[in-house]
Amino acid sequence: MFLKRLLSNDMPRSRLLALLLLAVFIALAFAPFIFPGVKALSVAAKILVFVVLVASFDLLLGYTGIVSFAHTMFFGIGAYGIAISASRLGPNWGAVLVGLGASLAISLVLSFAIGLFSLRVRAIFFAMITLAVASAFQTLASQLSDFTGGEDGLTFKLPELISPSFEFAEEPFLGVSLDGRLLCYYLLFVAAVVLVLALLRIVNSPFGRVLQAIRENEFRAEAIGYRVVVYRTTAAVLSALFATLAGAMLAIWLRYNGPDTSLSFEIMIDVLLIVVIGGMGTIYGAAIGAVLFVVAQSYLQDLLRIGNEAASGLPWLAALLSPDRWLLWLGVLFVLSVYYFPTGIVGKLRARAAK
Amino acid sequence: MSSTAGNLLALEGVHTHIGAYHILHGVDLAVPRGQLTMLLGRNGAGKTTTLRTIMGLWHASQGRVRFGEKEITAQHTPQIAGLGIAYVPENMGIFSDLTVKENMLLAARGAKSAQQIDDTRLKWIFKLFPAVEKFWNHPAGKLSGGQKQMLAVSRAIVEPRELLIIDEPSKGLAPVMINNMIDAFAELKRSGVTILLVEQNINFAQRLGDTVAVMDNGRVVHAGSMAEFSADAQLQQSLLGLAL
Amino acid sequence: MKLEFDWRPLLLAPILALVALPLTGSFSTWLTLTVAGLAMGMIIFIIASGLTLVFGLMDVLNFGHGVFIALGAFVASSVLGLMGDWTGSGELWRNLVAVFPAMLAAMAVAGAIGFAFERFIVRPVYGQHLKQILITMGGMIIGEELIKVIWGPAQIPLPLPDALRGSLLVGDAAISKYRLLAVAVGVVVFGVLAWTLGRTKIGLLIRAGVQDREMVESLGYRIGRLFVGVFVVGSALAGLGGVMWGLFQQNLVPQMGAQVNVLIFIVIIIGGLGSTGGALIGALLVGLMTNYIGFLLPTLTQFASIFLMVAVLLWRPQGVYPVANR
Repeated sequence: MFLKRLLSNDMPRSRLLALLLLAVFIALAFAPFIFPGVKALSVAAKILVFVVLVASFDLLLGYTGIVSFAHTMFFGIGAYGIAISASRLGPNWGAVLVGLGASLAISLVLSFAIGLFSLRVRAIFFAMITLAVASAFQTLASQLSDFTGGEDGLTFKLPELISPSFEFAEEPFLGVSLDGRLLCYYLLFVAAVVLVLALLRIVNSPFGRVLQAIRENEFRAEAIGYRVVVYRTTAAVLSALFATLAGAMLAIWLRYNGPDTSLSFEIMIDVLLIVVIGGMGTIYGAAIGAVLFVVAQSYLQDLLRIGNEAASGLPWLAALLSPDRWLLWLGVLFVLSVYYFPTGIVGKLRARAAK
Repeated sequence: MSSTAGNLLALEGVHTHIGAYHILHGVDLAVPRGQLTMLLGRNGAGKTTTLRTIMGLWHASQGRVRFGEKEITAQHTPQIAGLGIAYVPENMGIFSDLTVKENMLLAARGAKSAQQIDDTRLKWIFKLFPAVEKFWNHPAGKLSGGQKQMLAVSRAIVEPRELLIIDEPSKGLAPVMINNMIDAFAELKRSGVTILLVEQNINFAQRLGDTVAVMDNGRVVHAGSMAEFSADAQLQQSLLGLAL
Repeated sequence: MKLEFDWRPLLLAPILALVALPLTGSFSTWLTLTVAGLAMGMIIFIIASGLTLVFGLMDVLNFGHGVFIALGAFVASSVLGLMGDWTGSGELWRNLVAVFPAMLAAMAVAGAIGFAFERFIVRPVYGQHLKQILITMGGMIIGEELIKVIWGPAQIPLPLPDALRGSLLVGDAAISKYRLLAVAVGVVVFGVLAWTLGRTKIGLLIRAGVQDREMVESLGYRIGRLFVGVFVVGSALAGLGGVMWGLFQQNLVPQMGAQVNVLIFIVIIIGGLGSTGGALIGALLVGLMTNYIGFLLPTLTQFASIFLMVAVLLWRPQGVYPVANR
């Protein structure tokens, strides 16, 4: 069946999961029409970006078993690629392509080097080293202000077709004005769908299966004859490239990029949270997790605000419920997920369906 | 085989799983008090797994392990060792970065410093295994394979214990040293220590063995006196593929 | 102790210092930088020593070690805040009377939280590296946010007590008094650690446990209990390091734990996971390197430590003093 081929034979395997995925897909496909308003569309766009970013991380962590904290670095490279070239070369498609190409090339080289290096050292070393590298990169980005706009970041314009001022129809359609913003959103949507399907194809290919074999037992995989070095490095490179594309998507939407937008450690934590809550090694987990997370993040603060005001009588409780402290509660949720939902939502749904 | 007053250690129907692998399929083993029991069998028969299960390094999924009157099946390794059992694993368990002295001090639970180790005991050990004295202040990692073996056994006997469980102590030892080791065990036996020994060496079996248990495929397939076993060449051949 | 001692790594720090000498131009500048580097190195060592022992002993990777650093610093700031007249006094002994309890309070609180951390966060995921990494990170986020709840999200100044400010003049070089104090404290901590590890039975147990945990248990010792102790001491040391780091920067931010975390990891990777001696060498190298590069090529300061780490790993992929049997 066509659907099977499209999803590379990686079916949801759970009715509930299939329904959820379908709901998510429809919601995102028709978001501008279903959820009016600027904020809702931004939330939807952010979800699209994160789905790609987290799915690319899942390739590395869930399927290959590599823990790398340098993922946000590639995200940032993709975002800065667009930002820098659009700032310098002007708001045209050529600039976008140049930025995209350059950032992909840089990510390729860097991830290749990092991937090779990871095999000289133990996994734990590697995790720590990527942490250090990501942190240094973030500092570098804020320091090279001539190039990257420093702490303030870069604001830039994009080709007219996808900028808000462009209107390709006089009358709004179904209550939504048909402008460049809408086109931009759909550009992101198509990109996200294509990239996720591509990832599904990769993880379900013979290559993907070897990755999983390596994750389970590296020694044995090597003994059978697979050159672990080649597979892991390739996985690292692929993962980085997809992350770079996610970064480009982010920059295109925001028309702005700065060190905190794409390189902050908070984003890394968010990615970790999503991949754990959604379900590692599933790709679908990224989709479900991203929706849950971004929606919660955007609206959790409002929730906390309500709680905060309600608890104003008890200052310590109010401080705990302050909307600025949403990360605290996310952290608690994260720790609980690692303990009680190690297979994530997708894992749990599939396990239930298999019974 | 039920635990009688004569058995210091008894295993009843012990099964051990390591991950998905079912290694021990109902081991029944009795180690009589004050005697030396030899545990024989081909490679892969489950001898080491049995020893590790006794020591609590792996837990039995079924069955019981008794030490004296106490049931130790579910206990943790430090507690089991604390009951008076010394264990010398196949890989010897030598701490290579520590000196010989430090290795011995660790084994001497009652001593807070090297000076507190029983002098008489130490002298006896030095006589049996001169290398231990010679390399007292050297890192244990510098010792040869045979010397490490001697250190491992020395550690097991530096303080009095009720039961010694030893996995292949003569591996890599020169014949002269093997004799010393046999003398050491003979003396220990005389002083009332119970010994459970996994060993391939013929001399050990013949000179020291009182009881014998043969394992194959995770089970004890023969148990009885050493005298009987030594006399029956056919039995030896069929169980071990070689004659003692 | 050992007859054949691996002396080569000991030369790394002196070599680095010597190489920097001609590059820094003047001797007095070099001296100031070197003392600053040693002081920074010592503080990092104090923090890192606990982490490397915890990893070496129980194979537990605590990505949340930074939380104890921040906690110690913030607790100390509160204590010092209460003792304003003691810190404001120009007399050294008065200042020390204020600083000392601040350090003790920091260590006590950090140690106590360490106990809880081990029990509730680390212990349930013993043996599973991936989960450990994730959970200890989660623990750090929670800790950082809780610090913000208690002390507020903004930065807090932590001025040095009066008598500890200023410098001593050695020839042309101005050597900060506080840095000398830091070096002294570091040396004392190292001395106590080295003595405990080398000359006591508990230290022996720790060193043996780092090598072969199973065998130590087979010898009858409950190493699990020992681990809790090491974890608590490690957390307390991190708290002490946090106080000293805070006084060094004269400024505290809730994220300081995460910031120092990265440096700590670099240090213990260079040193070899599980080795305190290695941690000392790594810490001194990082401290010196950061200060030299900070003077010579300021933009590259962040990367200096990373280059150092890569260089060391290319020489010895397991770190300078890898612990055997791992």
